[in-house]
Amino acid sequence: MADLKKHDTPLLDELKKGPFPSFVDDLETRGKGGVQCCYDLLGQLELSYVHKETHWKHGGIVGVFGYGGGVIGRYSDAPEQFPTIAHFHTLRVNQPASKFYNSKFLNKLCDMWDHRGSGVTNFHGSTGDMILIGTSTDELEPTFYDLSHQFDMDLGGSGSNLRTPACCMGKARCEYSCLDTQAICYDLTMTYQDELHRPAFPYKFKFKVSGCPNDCVAAIARSCTSIIGTWRDNIRIDQKAVQAYVGGEIPPNAGAFSDRDWGAFDLQKEVIDLCPSGCMYMDGNDLKIDDRECTRCMHCINVMPSALRTGVDCGATILNGAKAPILEGAQMSTLIIPFIKMEYPYEEFKDYVDLMWDWWMEEGKNRERLGELIQRQGLAHYIVDILGREPIPQHVKEPRSNPYPFWKEEEVPGGWKRNLADFRARHLA
Amino acid sequence: MAADIEELKKKVLDYMAKKSKFKPKMYFKDLCKADESAKMREIKKAASALVQEEKVEYWSSGSTTLYSLKGASSKETDTFEHD
Repeated sequence: MADLKKHDTPLLDELKKGPFPSFVDDLETRGKGGVQCCYDLLGQLELSYVHKETHWKHGGIVGVFGYGGGVIGRYSDAPEQFPTIAHFHTLRVNQPASKFYNSKFLNKLCDMWDHRGSGVTNFHGSTGDMILIGTSTDELEPTFYDLSHQFDMDLGGSGSNLRTPACCMGKARCEYSCLDTQAICYDLTMTYQDELHRPAFPYKFKFKVSGCPNDCVAAIARSCTSIIGTWRDNIRIDQKAVQAYVGGEIPPNAGAFSDRDWGAFDLQKEVIDLCPSGCMYMDGNDLKIDDRECTRCMHCINVMPSALRTGVDCGATILNGAKAPILEGAQMSTLIIPFIKMEYPYEEFKDYVDLMWDWWMEEGKNRERLGELIQRQGLAHYIVDILGREPIPQHVKEPRSNPYPFWKEEEVPGGWKRNLADFRARHLA
Repeated sequence: MAADIEELKKKVLDYMAKKSKFKPKMYFKDLCKADESAKMREIKKAASALVQEEKVEYWSSGSTTLYSLKGASSKETDTFEHD
């Protein structure tokens, strides 16, 4: 074994003192095992702490042949001090749907990564990919060959591509799920392989699939197109189980808050009074729900899962436009399609995706997310002119403060005349 | 009628050669200006084919991907805003 060189890292050592496990400990342990690049990583980070600036250069012509994504190039700008991390590229590997795999697979993957790269991983990145951190340019193709031939795995999305679609565990382990999230995620991944690997978008694009409105993958906050399971019939009620909750025979929240004594379960206070649309009430001993007013907040179902269940006529709600705050702050997804059946082969959904992508590719500026384009050109234009859908009150943020957002002059008898200069003379922009 | 891919590839290459004197790395959207009458998906097929033929290469920051003529972009010196 070559001599190992451990750099002095007094600032990083501070991070080992807290109560939580530290990545500094982890990397040092691996460094002690003979992996010099882990010591160099810590050394460069220490230098960045001292200089208060990064010593990574990133981006470049790294990738595997024919793919425009999946590899993120990293180069040290202090390669003489830290030679083993002069190249230290990251690979994103498309995770299996819902991240199901066994320890045999993980062991084999780690053995491969010890051999081909640094052995350092991030399970999982924010998008859901398995992240393999740190290898040199000449190991990229062999790693990709191993992944695709020995593991049946593919690289994930990066750059101006469709990013690796992600989904919750869905019906595999969750009784709330209204969708086969894994089937949808797999189908989207396979259908849009070209979009995943060969860039043509103005910027990144994300699909995320949640089986129910609890939205465990946070699709509504993180994806350009959120597919969230819902139902259009009624919440199923087992009145006997409701009484069992009231009588204390079944613990509320499936026993999740049993760490201390919160007192007896109070159906009125803990469920009915917390319903955001006030659509629940007791009729004698029977719990009643006015389902037309239900906003699918899931609170009552989460509190009393043995008594209340999602409906049986299931499908998905489609929302568009969530993003992180580069321009104008973070943005949540906006409702676009209240209900779509999402049955294989998902033709209705894919027709909608084609319309959405054609518009975004045509009109989107470079590095403009779909949500930003909707904001720039207007939700009304997107829904009515691009998607050809009928506007509904749920599309409008505040329907009662502005009832005319979708009306065009030709739709109003007599139209209207508007002199903008005259208006601006009286109203500041 | 679908555009002839060979013709499109030539137009894309010519456009990139002209443009790369000023800007070596281009967005996909810039490539679409090579033939504004062609559909974007056709241009993409042509660009992907050029990558396969190793005449064009991808450059990625990890968050944004750009296209350049083979050898026109230096990998050691390029940096880009990243997220």
